[in-house]
Amino acid sequence: MMATLTPGAALEPITYEITRADLAAYAVASGDHNPIHQDEEIAIAVGLPGVIAHGMYTLALVGRAVAQWTGGAEVVEIGAKFVQPVVVPAEGSARVTVAGTVGERTDAGLLPLSLEVTADGTKVLGAPRAAVRA
Amino acid sequence: MPIDASLVGRAFPPTQPYPVTSEAVTAFAAAIGAGAPVASVPPTFPIVVTFAALQDFLAAQQVELSRIIHGDQRFRYERPVEVGDELTATLTVTGVRSIGGNDIVSTASEITDAAGSLVCTATATLVHRGAA
Repeated sequence: MMATLTPGAALEPITYEITRADLAAYAVASGDHNPIHQDEEIAIAVGLPGVIAHGMYTLALVGRAVAQWTGGAEVVEIGAKFVQPVVVPAEGSARVTVAGTVGERTDAGLLPLSLEVTADGTKVLGAPRAAVRA
Repeated sequence: MPIDASLVGRAFPPTQPYPVTSEAVTAFAAAIGAGAPVASVPPTFPIVVTFAALQDFLAAQQVELSRIIHGDQRFRYERPVEVGDELTATLTVTGVRSIGGNDIVSTASEITDAAGSLVCTATATLVHRGAA
């Protein structure tokens, strides 16, 4: 589903699901075994609403969306602030939607993508940005 | 335990060289649902090396991981990471401030390859939540 990468073009929103099993696999693959991403009791004990996704899991989904929109273009920059937790229920899944718009090409020839990342309509990433060589 | 503000500006020892294997990349891609075959290394994959540097830092500060929240993360690439790379992260603390009982630690990690060339710069903010 490659998008037309002209400045101002809307990038079709893509929704991804995150399950507890995904978080367990991600903990192993990333080395981030923080128990707040696995253990409800510990997450609540430190003041969180429940088990939350790794912020980097959500940012990885941004990476997937960028790859889908750009046909796997080289990513030169990617990042965000983790402003709201993505709570992942014990059963079922959390749903994260990545949407965006193509920005103006930079002097360096890069294409910035301005993004919006939400879970249940709430923005979960602040200032999410990616730039690709495309 | 509060984070020591005198750490600002200090560079921590480089992490052990991390070999980027196709197995590790495939496992990472599978965990984020990107599936196989993996055409290129996912752009957030260097968190593996960055996280190792952050963990060394937190262990040195005797900070409990469950009290840490990732505040932000950015990667700026000089070149894409490839299978076969051997990556090392060198973390510098760029800021420590305290807001409402939480310590906010800013870091920058330079990720270099086996030749010592810069592959990517990873900046991260960690929020150390004080005891309630």
